[in-house]
Amino acid sequence: MMASTSQPASGGGGRLGALTAWIDERFPMTALWKSQVAEYYAPKNMNFWYYFGSLALLVLVIQIVTGIFLTMNYKPSAADAFGSVEYIMRDVEWGWLIRYMHSTGASAFFIVVYLHMFRALLYGSYQKPRELLWIFGMLIYFALMAEAFFGYLLPWGNMSYWGAQVIVSLFGAIPVVGDSLMEWIRGDFFISDITLNRFFALHVIALPLVLVFLVIAHLMALHEVGSNNPDGVEIKKVKGPDGIPLDGVAFHPYYTVKDLIGVGVFLILFSLVIFFAPTMGGYFLEHANFEPANPLQTPPHIAPVWYFTPFYAILRAVPSKSMGAALMGLAVLLFVFLPWLDRGKVKSIRYRGPLFKFFLFSFALAFVVLGWLGLQPPTPLFTNLARLFTVVYFAFFLLMPWYSSVDKTKPVPTRVTYHAH
Amino acid sequence: MTEEVDTGRRHFLTVATVATGAVGAAFVAYPFLASWKPSARAKAMGAPVEVDIGKLEPGALVKVEWRGKAIFIVHRTPDMLAQLGGVEPKLRDPESAESDQPEFARNQARALKPEYLVLVGVCTHLGCAPLDKFTPGDVTVAADWPGGFFCPCHGSAFDLSGRVFKDVPAPTNLPVPPYRYLSDTRILIGAEAENA
Repeated sequence: MMASTSQPASGGGGRLGALTAWIDERFPMTALWKSQVAEYYAPKNMNFWYYFGSLALLVLVIQIVTGIFLTMNYKPSAADAFGSVEYIMRDVEWGWLIRYMHSTGASAFFIVVYLHMFRALLYGSYQKPRELLWIFGMLIYFALMAEAFFGYLLPWGNMSYWGAQVIVSLFGAIPVVGDSLMEWIRGDFFISDITLNRFFALHVIALPLVLVFLVIAHLMALHEVGSNNPDGVEIKKVKGPDGIPLDGVAFHPYYTVKDLIGVGVFLILFSLVIFFAPTMGGYFLEHANFEPANPLQTPPHIAPVWYFTPFYAILRAVPSKSMGAALMGLAVLLFVFLPWLDRGKVKSIRYRGPLFKFFLFSFALAFVVLGWLGLQPPTPLFTNLARLFTVVYFAFFLLMPWYSSVDKTKPVPTRVTYHAH
Repeated sequence: MTEEVDTGRRHFLTVATVATGAVGAAFVAYPFLASWKPSARAKAMGAPVEVDIGKLEPGALVKVEWRGKAIFIVHRTPDMLAQLGGVEPKLRDPESAESDQPEFARNQARALKPEYLVLVGVCTHLGCAPLDKFTPGDVTVAADWPGGFFCPCHGSAFDLSGRVFKDVPAPTNLPVPPYRYLSDTRILIGAEAENA
């Protein structure tokens, strides 16, 4: 590596330089800045699909900050929860904005994460040597699902209540221990004040801590193996005389600037939803949740929030309760095994053969269609459609060892494709 | 006395320390996990409830709350009881073999006394509350509806003993809670035998 390591990242000489030096003797500030940001070399051909990682980080920060301010006025008890949310919406100055940021942020988180995951499927970002990076990412996704589920009970609306009832009932499908497990999760014989109180604790303390820890692990793994790119070429294989990958550019300023553009566009869209369509027509905030929880009256039509509906459609497609719950769990879990299901010799969709392209895009279609079906009442036609697309969904994973290995791939270049502009 | 490290001894001590620590951690974990179980107060509030059925008209339904769930009590008329045999070919589990009920309710009437039906009013599909549609031919359900319970969420249907019909999403019959008669007109819901 280069010899000039004593130069601080910013400030140069003078008092600021002295302060930097003083800190660096006690904490590796400059070294961290260099290794993780200024001298972290990312492929120069990263495209649109590479915005969503940094956006997910942004949404995490939005959720944490708005969440902290919501807890200052929210009361986690069955008697007060619904009223305290109304209080935030009507009486707390700007409370409506903080809450709408948080509720819209929940949906935005899933939009961004789903696109981020799809990017990994497109460009084979889960393949060797990024298996652990992918697994940390999947753990983040699981924690996020749990976080969203626990958070959804907190407003104590009728859909909160019955949504929690349905999801907790899924654990009842587990043989032998199912019923006592449900009782243990609820801490009561039904979804009650006790359940609400513990979901609050998990939502505001336990899972955010887990999420932040996992995000750090995800970033550490990313910076260890280096970012993948739309060509799926390892840029570390071709280095210049200075030891820097020839196809790499410093994360700062090149990608900090690029990501800031993404942040700007994202915040415009985010604000449009917050100010003009905070309920998104019942998709981000469901109408049935505008009345308080009523343990004796189910809403006429139960559907989870949109980000869970693909899995909900799979659950409903199976005529057996226990098999439905098992398949739903499997549908989520199978992502973890992608690095080992994929026997392809190439990473990127650009060099994959027609079979992989067919299965990937039919999977993406199945995910969207199942998501839509999960929001509809289960008529016989829709149930049969859900069954069809459930098969398509699982075919993507279970047939992958076959189609990814026999597929006719194209030759991969040694350097990334890049056109100066 | 040798200056070399006794690796066998080191290894034994490491394993012994880790094992002791693991046992300790398991013991410490128990109180935290057990704190999630229903508390004494929750158990007390989940105690059996007493219902007076003396004033329940024939053909009428009363809902009471037990453990946060709706309990349906129906005073069945002789006409209603007479239908139970006829619908059995259309039922998924007419003998209640795969359903959840006390042993005394594993029969056609699914009750201690046939005229009084006691059910948990929670659909066995995904937990919605079924509606009472006792009138045969109720057009809000179907023209050939024999009378029973109908869940508006996903269209599960049950007969007048809470037994599930074929070709609906609910897998099993509506559960029967444990209960017993304190007298001819008083039912205790939530306790089957004397030991409650």
